[in-house]
Amino acid sequence: MDALLLARLQFAFTIGFHFLFPAMTLGVALIILISETLHLATKNDVYRKITDLLARLLGLIFVVGAATGIVMEFSFGTNWSRYSRTVGDIFGPLLAAEGVIAFFLESVFVGVLIFGRKKVSPGVYWVSALLVFIGGHLSAFWIIVANSWMQTPAGYEVSAAGKVILTDFAAAVFNPSTVARFLHTVLATWITGTVLVCGIAGCYVRKGLHGETARTMLKIGIILFAVTPLLQLGAAHGHAIQVINYQPMKAAAMEGHFETARGADVYIAGYVDEENEKTYGLYIPKGLSFLYNFDFNSEIKGLREVPKTDWPPVNLVFQAYHIMVTLGGIFIGMGLLGALLLWTGRLYAAKWYLWLLPFLIPLAHLAHETGWITAEVGRQPWIIQGLMKTAQASSVVVSKGELAASLTMFALVYLLLLVMFVMLFVKIVKQGPAGE
Amino acid sequence: MENIQNFQILWFVLIFILLLGYALLDGFDLGLAALLPLLGKTKEEKDTLIASIGPVWDGNEVWLITGGGALFAAFPHAYATAFSGFYSAMMLVLLALIFRAVSMEFRANDPARAGLWEKALIGGSALAALLFGVALGNVIYGVPLDGRMEYAGSFFTLLRPVPLLFGITGLAAVLLQGASWAVLKTEGRVQERSFEAARTLTWINAVLAVIYFVVLIYAIPRVSGNALFYVAVAITFAGLIGLFFSLRKKNDAGPFWESSFSLIGLFLAAGAAQFPNLITASNDPNFSLTIYNSSTSLYTLQIMAVIALAGMPIVIGYTLFVYRLFKGKAKADGHY
Repeated sequence: MDALLLARLQFAFTIGFHFLFPAMTLGVALIILISETLHLATKNDVYRKITDLLARLLGLIFVVGAATGIVMEFSFGTNWSRYSRTVGDIFGPLLAAEGVIAFFLESVFVGVLIFGRKKVSPGVYWVSALLVFIGGHLSAFWIIVANSWMQTPAGYEVSAAGKVILTDFAAAVFNPSTVARFLHTVLATWITGTVLVCGIAGCYVRKGLHGETARTMLKIGIILFAVTPLLQLGAAHGHAIQVINYQPMKAAAMEGHFETARGADVYIAGYVDEENEKTYGLYIPKGLSFLYNFDFNSEIKGLREVPKTDWPPVNLVFQAYHIMVTLGGIFIGMGLLGALLLWTGRLYAAKWYLWLLPFLIPLAHLAHETGWITAEVGRQPWIIQGLMKTAQASSVVVSKGELAASLTMFALVYLLLLVMFVMLFVKIVKQGPAGE
Repeated sequence: MENIQNFQILWFVLIFILLLGYALLDGFDLGLAALLPLLGKTKEEKDTLIASIGPVWDGNEVWLITGGGALFAAFPHAYATAFSGFYSAMMLVLLALIFRAVSMEFRANDPARAGLWEKALIGGSALAALLFGVALGNVIYGVPLDGRMEYAGSFFTLLRPVPLLFGITGLAAVLLQGASWAVLKTEGRVQERSFEAARTLTWINAVLAVIYFVVLIYAIPRVSGNALFYVAVAITFAGLIGLFFSLRKKNDAGPFWESSFSLIGLFLAAGAAQFPNLITASNDPNFSLTIYNSSTSLYTLQIMAVIALAGMPIVIGYTLFVYRLFKGKAKADGHY
């Protein structure tokens, strides 16, 4: 195994692991903000109990997210030094802006949310919940800007020395994929927070625990669960069109299209034989062209537009994308079903449905991870689309042995973190809302 | 070109301030955690000590994250050279920071293994504090670099006596910062022990500071012509002398400010010795990474200056607000 592959594995593993936590943080921050707003408005103690339980969970989630997040900030320098030297002009400011504008806000007020209930007035506590929500989402915004710039770079020039020079900060920040990616990712985190709350509250209600608090929590969760996957359907559609427009080779890999065609099919599920350049599976004829601009005969670019050396691993991207889309369908269905049960007054007695809810928690994470694989693997072999290859981006002086050692360290430490996280998460959930 | 030089200098100063902010703030919670077994004997005492840093350590660590981001944004070559060159040491820093971060939360929720998580907290905090000093010592004292700005030493190059002295001096300063935070935030027997620890650490810091300043003059002769260096020396010893009297009078609040003062002096001396270098080349001064040959473009430096100068006062404002919310003596009945 060569050093480049080890470095890529380490980045994929450490960021794939890290992503689990901010995804939960944003969604949980949303629901804390909702329940704390209701608490402030109604003075009903049930909402306080919901907030307090979620704030305890947030404490655990946030700390693992922060601990694994700092690894990512170091990694561009430690493992991708040639990338850092080339794009410092643009990528560095985005990370620095994330710190100044967003992560300070989130981190400082998370302390109030977790430790401040007895110390501060309800108004200050609510403001803290709001600022954690805003800080978290701003943080996601800047990180997504950084990622989007790698997908659809804008606002730059390449100097004679091969350096990327920033020429227009606003154009770099609002590059063609920023808004679409931000909406899609944030909605995914909201779905994650929503199913987390539904899963926990569903367990309580099914077992007859924590009475009114559990039912209220479930109700908030189900209402959001009915809405967020549908919003996501719109955001995902917008993002897919943006990918077809700006990263046609990624889009081609997502659907396994080799030949540029008018009237391209869309696959429900399938398999891509990369060797023989064929895609098999269940498909809707001309579906992709129709979805693209409601014209069954619109043109969709195929992979053969570029040399095979510039293709991403097609089947991996295809499978990851289709798993994500399928999960999206499951969330829409389960969310609407939950809303129907709630509306007809049968939700709290529908044991089979409540029993299913906790299984959605890992599925939401699977959707995040497969979505991320689609976006990042789909960009390969480029680290910056069309501008710099991943193979030219790694550190020069880091040896294979050092990489093997660090990757082993992360594998062991993160396994420990995951085991502890799941164990303590379940423990806090079992302890339930205080005072019940 | 004069214009870009002004911004390069500004960014040296801003990164200096961010790292100083990190040293002062995360310094006290790393130091307190490293001293945990000395200051707290019972579970309740340890809970109280950890409760004094619980709500704020997260925000404190962001000073490092922002400092790192600012280094990347302003001087990407220095960021790339140091982080990739000191690879294994950086991995150790990450290991230490991961464990100190999660161990407080794990300790609180996992009583069966609380002792183990305490050890992770103590070890992670002490190791991180030591390694930051060693890293600064290396970039100031100098490391071998090649003509392409890449590090040309090994892991063991980093462990030479002078950088290690920086590490130990930094660790001692951070421990003092932690002990004086404990003096400020605790009462009774824990506070007694904190006074005791701070007294001993004041002497240790005084001895190390003398060695540190002498070595600095010896290793970087040009610093002796820099007025700022003497100001720094004066600040450090003013802080330490103030500490000596405050601790004798059993003053609660004074020691933390005086300890911070002495740490500012140590930092200022390092900054004065280093300017305008970012990573000094020990083999050939022409290979050194300076603010002039490592920076991003003028436009990036300007945009970032606007964000930092507008944003950081707001950050400092709400950070002070939250510290005020948690002011007064810490109690063990909180989250931890």
